[in-house]
Amino acid sequence: MSEKTPGPNELAKIEYNPPKKDWMNPEVSFRKGTFNYSAIPKSVEYLGLPYARKWQPTDKDWNLPANWKEILLNGLKERLDKFRSLRIFMDICVRCGACADKCHFFIGSGDPKNMPILRAELLRSVYRNDFTRAGKILGRLAGARELTVDVVKEWFFYFYQCTECRRCSVFCPYGIDTAEITIIVRELLNLIGCGIDWITTPAANCFRTGNHLGIQPHGFKDSVDFAVDDLEENTGVRVEASINRKGAEILFVVPSADYFGDPHYFGFLGYMALFHEIGLDYTFSAFASEGGNFGLFHSHEMMKRLNAKIYAEAKRLGVKWIIGGECGHMWRVLHQYMDTMNGPADFLEAPVSPITGTKFENASSTKMVHIAEFTADLIKNGKLKLDPKRNDHWKVTFHDSCNPARAMGLIEEPRYILRNVCNHFYEMPENTIKEQTFCCGSGSGLGTDENLEMRLRGGLPRANAVKYVHEKHDVNLLTCICAIDKATLPPLLEYWVPGVAVAGVHELVGNALVMKGENERVVDLRGQSIVKKEAIDHV
Amino acid sequence: MPIFELGEVKIQVDEDGFMEEPEAWNDAVARALATTEGVAELSENHWKVIHYLRDYYAKFGIAPMIRKLCKESGFSLKEIYEMFPSGPAKGACKVAGLAKPTGCV
Repeated sequence: MSEKTPGPNELAKIEYNPPKKDWMNPEVSFRKGTFNYSAIPKSVEYLGLPYARKWQPTDKDWNLPANWKEILLNGLKERLDKFRSLRIFMDICVRCGACADKCHFFIGSGDPKNMPILRAELLRSVYRNDFTRAGKILGRLAGARELTVDVVKEWFFYFYQCTECRRCSVFCPYGIDTAEITIIVRELLNLIGCGIDWITTPAANCFRTGNHLGIQPHGFKDSVDFAVDDLEENTGVRVEASINRKGAEILFVVPSADYFGDPHYFGFLGYMALFHEIGLDYTFSAFASEGGNFGLFHSHEMMKRLNAKIYAEAKRLGVKWIIGGECGHMWRVLHQYMDTMNGPADFLEAPVSPITGTKFENASSTKMVHIAEFTADLIKNGKLKLDPKRNDHWKVTFHDSCNPARAMGLIEEPRYILRNVCNHFYEMPENTIKEQTFCCGSGSGLGTDENLEMRLRGGLPRANAVKYVHEKHDVNLLTCICAIDKATLPPLLEYWVPGVAVAGVHELVGNALVMKGENERVVDLRGQSIVKKEAIDHV
Repeated sequence: MPIFELGEVKIQVDEDGFMEEPEAWNDAVARALATTEGVAELSENHWKVIHYLRDYYAKFGIAPMIRKLCKESGFSLKEIYEMFPSGPAKGACKVAGLAKPTGCV
């Protein structure tokens, strides 16, 4: 953590009184800690995107293409025609303010332009100016303002300060989806080469090697082989894990951080232990070695290009259907876009659990099932032998990741699993979980080091709810089902609520799972003793 | 593109001080980059971690899994943080001249 980051007491002093100056005058200060670096030219070029160049938001001159304004206005026109939802969102808002205090970035920063209503107004004002009669005639009086370079800079600052979490839209009486407005503005910014690197480089990596991290096929195999050995050492059971195996019944797609990062990796061990124990006929793929989709944070087109790999590989391998791992935004893409963008996947079969016979009706069109649904069904049908005592060293709470909770309604399944695999489970306050869950503050490609102060601000409401259960119930583990959460919540909690570690739900499944032929389990999947409570060795 | 210069060492780095050209790495570069991570002197243990990372990078073009680094170098994650205060990815990989990992990490 940077020495320059203010301490928690200082950061928690938030000024909610709006400044006196008129919001319509764009004014942005790119202060270190509150913005993300620009996309590097190499990655922009790799994706075939326009206006690759070296620049940073702190530069006075962003070196925009000469006809930047024409590009943006044409781009907006095209999208207003293409997406009826966008035009409605531009026209329908009555400024009731129900969304204003629902955004984690507003709560954590006090900046009124982080109120969802005002963030949307940054685009809406330009829409009014150039696309509505009232705006053309009355101008500023009708809330219209001209698109200038400073407005572009303001868009960049604030639309890369929205994590597309959609909490605000839960409270909007009209159902305006601010995430979709953010998606459109980011698309527009990318038309003039104003993307951020944490999105563009993972997307480029995904094309180049199959996953965001840039792990090549032999590296993927090396990691899977290592995990198989590690799991054997830990449990005494040797599992099989195949890659690119034609004829397997199921293709299993996980976010690449699951076989790279910590604590993601322990959940990866959990998946493998589970699938071995039930004898599932599954394979990984090196081509579709990424469940996540940073294309979603870039543009509809990029999302489609990245997502296409999953069906293509399912077809090539001849599997029947697909299971997806613990990943957040991945499920917004799979649940809401994949079927119409890259489907219909009529070469696949409607998913039926080979163990329980359950038909996953909800996935009969996409042919892709969330691992939490799959596992919950196994438990419900009594197919797993579980010993929850093995998780007694953890006092557990569950953080609903924004997209599984709000974009696909996956709320009860992970809780059902947790209640069966551990003995100490405590919910955070009701208005901070389920469909009202607070974002980790780092989603949608904003989880960078350079953006740390803004991440800590955006994560404050979530951390505050964790603090509540930490103090009340001695909670020492926050579970979740999202790879970005697993990467960004540990530093967030270390900052606001030290003493709470982070884990995937399937890590606890792996701990509790009684496997045939296993050793006496004395350590959990992290290698920590489960016999006596130990201090959390998490940094 | 920023230039990092210390003594004889002059290399191109990104905004966070990671090397732009990992192939230009050598021991002197490692010692110079270590100073930016608050490591005044590289001990035998530091070098063990650095050489492990370099070897892995030569084979796979990326940093290893954190768990693998710990297990095969013989140091716990805590010990690696003690050696490289910014941790394995941001500290150790930077000194070893590797690119910064991106994505959900």
